[in-house]
Amino acid sequence: MEQIDLRGVSCPTNFVKAKLALEDIETGETVEFLLDDGEPVKNVPRSLKADGHKLLGLKETDGYYVLTLEKGEE
Amino acid sequence: MADAKIDLKNLKAGGFIKERGKDLFTVRLRVPGGRLSVERLGKIAEVAKKYGQGYVHLSVRQSVELININFADFDAVVAELGEEQQKVASCGARVRVPTACGGCEYNPNGLVDTQKSALEVDQHLFGTPTGHHKFKVGFAGCPFDCPKSAINDVGFQGAIWPELTEAECISCGLCAKSCVEGAIAMDGDKPAFTPEKCIYCGDCVKVCPTGAWKSAKRGYTVRIGGKWGRRPLVGTVFATFLPEEKVVDFIAAVLAWYQEKAEGAGRTRLGDIILQQGPDSLLEYLRKDFPEYVLDATIPPQVIETQMPLGR
Repeated sequence: MEQIDLRGVSCPTNFVKAKLALEDIETGETVEFLLDDGEPVKNVPRSLKADGHKLLGLKETDGYYVLTLEKGEE
Repeated sequence: MADAKIDLKNLKAGGFIKERGKDLFTVRLRVPGGRLSVERLGKIAEVAKKYGQGYVHLSVRQSVELININFADFDAVVAELGEEQQKVASCGARVRVPTACGGCEYNPNGLVDTQKSALEVDQHLFGTPTGHHKFKVGFAGCPFDCPKSAINDVGFQGAIWPELTEAECISCGLCAKSCVEGAIAMDGDKPAFTPEKCIYCGDCVKVCPTGAWKSAKRGYTVRIGGKWGRRPLVGTVFATFLPEEKVVDFIAAVLAWYQEKAEGAGRTRLGDIILQQGPDSLLEYLRKDFPEYVLDATIPPQVIETQMPLGR
């Protein structure tokens, strides 16, 4: 599974980077995003859901978060 | 003076405000919710160029104001603005043009259609004389409250009440992470909801991957009695989850109470009348027509204790 590290990237750059990364992924494929605590973990998942992707889970690991997502229809 | 002919009907709701210079007025335009088509904006620019001094002023309540308009040009200004259905606003002791944020159409935080509410209120209550003082209404789409609803005479804030369908929850914890109010915390592998901490922002519903959090109620949190100016007051909550379609009737009821209770009080804002009468009087009055939304009790509008003179 592809992993995209968005740690250290603030809003809204992290969301735009996530969108760009998703352009290279096929619909139905699963991907992991690494997100900082605070604004990023609060905002990015919600924005990706609103873009039509399927959120599969969120796990906290050593002070950051791993968001698992299935790419939605283009 | 004798040859100047002005249609006095145009002045009925106000909107023409005396400036410093002789014969000069500001013409405040009616822009409910601060949204206007680019065609109207173009027409305003054209009229401002023709009759003003080359600039406009954006008021703090989302209006465009034409500056330096000679009173002899009132009729022409009104007629030319009318070509794009642009009307003049109200001023004085009347219901003012409502303000609103972008609302739910394109703002991802928006929970209700504030633009629609602003248009409805403007259509039904615009310019209504209060008999006492100005009367302001504002609409915020969510508890972020960019339009500062609590400093309006009646301020509306979009709200939803969340409910969890536990069987659909995948235990991801995003809701607990999103809830900055601390109303949701993970209790084992399921979210536990503390209702008294919830401010109705709906972030849990928006982030929930499976739709396990649903919106059980939607409407407006209504604060009454706010104002700014020399002696600011912050309005307090009188009703919750007021449905969008009841907004106009609700404001009309508040107005009726104000018109009655402020009798003889002179130029006094609604908030100060509530301070005199006590909030229970208004709560009781509103409960007659809106029993399911009006609170059992509330606090009076809150005085801001930082105003001049210091040490009072």
